[in-house]
Amino acid sequence: MTARIAFADVEVGTEVPSRVFHVDRAGLVRYAGASGDFNVIHWSERVATSVGLPNVIAHGMLTMALAGRVVTDWIGDPGALVEFGTKFTRPVVVPDDAEGATVEIGGRVTAVNDDGTVQVTLSAVCDGVTVLGNPRAVVRLA
Amino acid sequence: MALNEDFLGRVFPPSDPYQVGREKIREFAAAIGDDNPVFHDVESARALGYADVVAPPTFPILLALNAAEAAVRDPELGLDYSRVVHGEQKFQYSRPVVAGDELVVTVTIDGLRTMAGNDMVTARGDVTTVDGEPVVTTTSLLIARAEDGSA
Repeated sequence: MTARIAFADVEVGTEVPSRVFHVDRAGLVRYAGASGDFNVIHWSERVATSVGLPNVIAHGMLTMALAGRVVTDWIGDPGALVEFGTKFTRPVVVPDDAEGATVEIGGRVTAVNDDGTVQVTLSAVCDGVTVLGNPRAVVRLA
Repeated sequence: MALNEDFLGRVFPPSDPYQVGREKIREFAAAIGDDNPVFHDVESARALGYADVVAPPTFPILLALNAAEAAVRDPELGLDYSRVVHGEQKFQYSRPVVAGDELVVTVTIDGLRTMAGNDMVTARGDVTTVDGEPVVTTTSLLIARAEDGSA
């Protein structure tokens, strides 16, 4: 495994390029099928609203996967990822329209460790609200 | 409903082996919109030193949540699974999952607590190959939300 980012080129504060993702209903159906998570709140407005949600919500693991893309797009080799974690603090509400929800995910280096790894702290925002709590990755750079 | 403290530290029997398929990895990568060639193209994966296409970092959730669900649905635990939401998720990787892997998950209950009527269970899944090689450890916090008005 060889990350395409060199340890020597990174310091605390180095930005990880941010990306904007669009999550629509078709995307939720597709993720449900691929992941096997068929929880009804991710595709039925009737059930989602009956349990107090404003509308259908995205799978937390889908949002986490998008955050993972920001990290693996940066490091190149997914084998450079050592640790990846998050809390699911607020739902990504997905309206039944052409655009769906918009989630912006970015990050920056928040620690450089003696063992050649660095910590990246991410942020994921939808409609001005932070949807992932303390999403962090530890990566081993080249 | 109180959680049964006897479950703290309990280790469940390993799951049935999960055969990681190349097309399943491609399907999952497509579902998260990720066109990184290492997830799709065998030659690109081999160029990075892998035997076959690599799975995206969150792919192990396919095994982990099923195994955790099977464990925490044990009625003796006292968790109302119909109210469960996914509170936190962590992966600690020994190496990425690669097509052709045959994986088993062993679930351990690492934490049990109740706060403001919310029952919280931390389920750790140690994912290894069938030969015992460590691949990834997944840690899931599952929260059964308090009944309205009961908290």
